Amino acid sequence: MNTPTTTRIVGAAVPRKEGVDKLLGRACYVDDIDREGMWHGATVRSSIPRGLIRSIAFDRRIDWSEFAIVTAAGIPGENCIQLIVADQPCLADGKVNHCEEAILLLAHPDKHKLREAVGAVRVEYEPLPPVFTIEESERQDVIVWGADNLLKRFLLEKGDVDSAWARAAHIVEGEYRTGAQEHLYIENQGVIAEYSAEGGVTVWGSLQCPYYVFKALRPVFDLPEEKVRVIQTETGGAFGGKEDYPSTLACHAALLAMKSGHPVKMVYDRMEDLAATTKRHPSRVRHRTAVDRDGKLLAMEIDLATDGGAYATLSSTVLSRATLHATGPYLCPNIRLHARSWATNYVPYGAFRGFGAPQAIFAMERHMDEIAATIGIDPVELRRRNFLHVGDTNATEQLMREPVILDQLLDRALKESDYHARRAQFGRENPVSPVKRGMGIAAFYHGSGFTGSGEVYLNSLAGIDVTPDGKVRVLVSNTEFGQGTNTILTQIAAEALGIGYADVTMAAPDTGVVPNSGPTVASRTSMVIGRIIERACSQLLELLREHAGLGATCTPEEFFAACGRYRAVHGEVVSLCRYEAPPGIYWDDQRYHGEAYGAYAWAVYVAQVAVDTVTYSAEVENFWAVQEVGRVLHPVLAAGQIEGGIAQGVGYALYEKVVWQDGRMANNQMTNYIMPTAEDVPPIHVFFEEIPFRFGGFGAKGLGELPHDGPAPAILNAIRDATGVAFNSIPLMPEDLYLGLAAAQPAEETAAR
Amino acid sequence: MSTKESATSSKHWPTIRFNVNGEARIVKVPPMKRLLDVLREDLHLTGTKEGCGEGECGSCSVRMNGELVNSCLVPVMQAEGADIQTVEGLALDGKLHPLQEAFLCHGGAQCGICTPGMLMAAAQLLEHSPNPAMAEIREALAGNLCRCTGFIRIFESVAAAVDAQSAGPATKLTMEQTHHAR
Repeated sequence: MNTPTTTRIVGAAVPRKEGVDKLLGRACYVDDIDREGMWHGATVRSSIPRGLIRSIAFDRRIDWSEFAIVTAAGIPGENCIQLIVADQPCLADGKVNHCEEAILLLAHPDKHKLREAVGAVRVEYEPLPPVFTIEESERQDVIVWGADNLLKRFLLEKGDVDSAWARAAHIVEGEYRTGAQEHLYIENQGVIAEYSAEGGVTVWGSLQCPYYVFKALRPVFDLPEEKVRVIQTETGGAFGGKEDYPSTLACHAALLAMKSGHPVKMVYDRMEDLAATTKRHPSRVRHRTAVDRDGKLLAMEIDLATDGGAYATLSSTVLSRATLHATGPYLCPNIRLHARSWATNYVPYGAFRGFGAPQAIFAMERHMDEIAATIGIDPVELRRRNFLHVGDTNATEQLMREPVILDQLLDRALKESDYHARRAQFGRENPVSPVKRGMGIAAFYHGSGFTGSGEVYLNSLAGIDVTPDGKVRVLVSNTEFGQGTNTILTQIAAEALGIGYADVTMAAPDTGVVPNSGPTVASRTSMVIGRIIERACSQLLELLREHAGLGATCTPEEFFAACGRYRAVHGEVVSLCRYEAPPGIYWDDQRYHGEAYGAYAWAVYVAQVAVDTVTYSAEVENFWAVQEVGRVLHPVLAAGQIEGGIAQGVGYALYEKVVWQDGRMANNQMTNYIMPTAEDVPPIHVFFEEIPFRFGGFGAKGLGELPHDGPAPAILNAIRDATGVAFNSIPLMPEDLYLGLAAAQPAEETAAR
Repeated sequence: MSTKESATSSKHWPTIRFNVNGEARIVKVPPMKRLLDVLREDLHLTGTKEGCGEGECGSCSVRMNGELVNSCLVPVMQAEGADIQTVEGLALDGKLHPLQEAFLCHGGAQCGICTPGMLMAAAQLLEHSPNPAMAEIREALAGNLCRCTGFIRIFESVAAAVDAQSAGPATKLTMEQTHHAR
């Protein structure tokens, strides 16, 4: 099947599929739903980071007979949230491993009575020593998980690192750190659950992956597949934060529904959401790099560590993606990369846009500027000399077979940003100004879809059907949470079938209705699912040509007439397809060797930053983002994804700091966890170079996560350019800038001020 | 919630009258109940959203007597006699408001949860400043947080609505110009 290069609907800026409902305030988010006889649920949580639960007491001032109460003992099946490793209880049973761990659940008809009741449950603990840093965890003096605190490790080797050091003209070392980051979706986590002995469990919720929740509910309730149903409601932002956490919340609400005999709604308020749900993994990455006289990379030794929090959740796969992005888009013949994820006693860290790549790319791209400074060449030139090209292999020795246009992206980024002229201008102005300006660059790739053999294991099933009232329905479990799933898949189906955009609808994201087409994560929807939908449409057209007299070319009327004829004979009009891997994919999970991703999106980002040496504030004044993401299916949605990701990246670099106090998030309010506002985001200039990818939906590769990878290193590189001082840790707050700049000043000058 | 509360409602609760989207409404609720909850629970106007509950995110923005307010911070007794407009009151006769139309065309809404509040903030701006400069747009929307868009397409949507509304050509500064001008 060949994807046509001229299209009617793909590539056009059609209106967002569910846009009118959202704009009229009609879109139905979980907290907008009221079920007959519905109660409300709340959670009693651990107040300590680690310890044994000695007793649970209920204050007598409360009439507890009005409440439904569930503890670990009330779980009908396994007390475990199924994900990758079966280590996380649904409710703590005898011990707690992080602050805010759920211990006990309460439900009541009046939600206003729950707050007092939660405070009236007294849990007594015998505290155990907690582990709060990667360093404490790797010392293994206190073991808080498994035998050795090690959640996961990978070793990736290419060539011969050990013999390369002797040939090096320079050896450059550096250590880079990134902090936790909160998703800060504006809609907090929430679900509604119902339970009946006949019907089993039904959950409606704000979530990314209906089938993840489905899989988590089954063992907790010990129910067969037909008695579990999960329906995604309109979801007000997710960014990975609603990939794994909703499984826990769904189990909690469903337990309360079973106990109370009523539908139960659990919607967190902002403080609970910030304190109790997952965040981006903090990281520490150490680089040791050998380069020759010309700045060519000879060898890289990388030690990459993440803080995984108290349970394994997704730490292994986040670490995997970090590992596979840690060496950047560069050719290096000799690589040794040790990656480890360590357990600590924080709320488990989870999925967040980029999924380990932003951490690893921050280190790599910051380090590139330190290498450039050490050997005295321009950071742009250093990158250009080391870029991957077609025919090269990356760290996993994946052969670059598809076009790689890094040079072109770099040239465009330099031109659009007027990089050299601006740098020269700032070089003249900075010495006589208290505001120091600089330009920073980051080059990177982001793998689309699941890693290695992941897509084969997922074995996604998706397709379309045609309803008797003449609508094509897209059947996927991939969900819309702002990024554009509904619109993109509708465009693909309408384009492939030769019908109108309005002729296609999305089937409800309901496990009782749609097949399992995998999770909505990993920048996989446009490329992987889009391709399956495209194939399912072709398959249907062939079927109708063969069995319903459809012509080789057809009008929408002829198409629907043929569907009617087919339905009259066969009952229903359905076309489903499974994922098919592009040919020649080889991946060795043990050695971390082979085709790590089916495709890569490529980008070069440039930041212009001003550092005020009086107030120590750093402001991103301008941002240029040039990328190749395959075919752009929808120009407005695509640019919106890039801009939104960059804004989150600006926050990651300069604003968003999770303040920990004894293992608990101390700033769990929007008042003091600060994200960029309308006055903080820079002008963002977005450019796409389009090279259709043969195996993606109408040529698409993934783009949703890509824009979070580049801003932080580009911004900190710009700050280095502006001030001459290397800052290697984010978030970089004004107090950090002050300390760094003060330390870099000559002592007498500091004294004179 | 509302039926339950009215069933058990204390006779001490005041009767509060106000107009919502041009319609006279009467509620009998605790006087300190948040306007946000009265709109959502008692009047079933769920277009207005709660994001933070402390006046930081602006998702619950509504217009009250010509002012933009965070309805999570307004006890309903303060709304006695007030004229209130919510997102449900923006579209007229089934036709999208020019701001809604512009948000739809220009990618101003992604996940949609901040959108009702953002639209109210933008409507407030355009009522007082029919032809705002980009810096004004940024300032007017600074109390409304959007985590999806990076705001860029929201600014463009508001500017496009201005263009659509104004007869004469609007003086449109580029993003970069306004950024440096502020």
